[in-house]
Amino acid sequence: MKNPLDSLWGTIICGLILTAILYYVVKSIPL
Amino acid sequence: MDYVPALARWLHLMAGVMWIGLLYYFNFVQVAAMKAATAEGTQAGIAKHVAPRALLFFRWSAVVTWLAGAALLGNQLGNAFTLSHGMAGIGVGAWLGTIMLFNVWALIWPNQQKILGLKPATDEEKNKARRVAFLASRTNVALSIPLLFFMAGGWSHRAIFGL
Repeated sequence: MKNPLDSLWGTIICGLILTAILYYVVKSIPL
Repeated sequence: MDYVPALARWLHLMAGVMWIGLLYYFNFVQVAAMKAATAEGTQAGIAKHVAPRALLFFRWSAVVTWLAGAALLGNQLGNAFTLSHGMAGIGVGAWLGTIMLFNVWALIWPNQQKILGLKPATDEEKNKARRVAFLASRTNVALSIPLLFFMAGGWSHRAIFGL
């Protein structure tokens, strides 16, 4: 499998997916 | 004492713009430019005159950004890094920034020194250094996306994103 970080679009998509994951992680932490 | 967070925020933003701006320059401009220049045999100008200067401001602006961010968090630094007391949003941003700072100083800069000939290295070592520096740099581009989200959303847009 090709490394997504080899392309700029792959890198940006990785960043967006990570943003979504971290958003839900942070949201699940009580204030 | 309100001057400290105000000045720290200002400095954090200025240094952060320089750090992430140069990171995007490397990834969106220089990587492709270097490839094209190498094919034409004109890469020496970039390698000798542009890259070392860009790397100088890149790695030191990373340090200033981190220190100013730590000063801005002040006595909330511990809560941010432990993602507690309502500091989880900005805390994730702080963790991402810290990982990115580590990538700059432990992976990108030492390998770039070999690539640019600032440190002696064999051709094989240079090829390996090129790959490690490239992947560390691309990792930082990917991490910068949630980093900026949590930096922006951690405070001023907190209510909108509900963090």
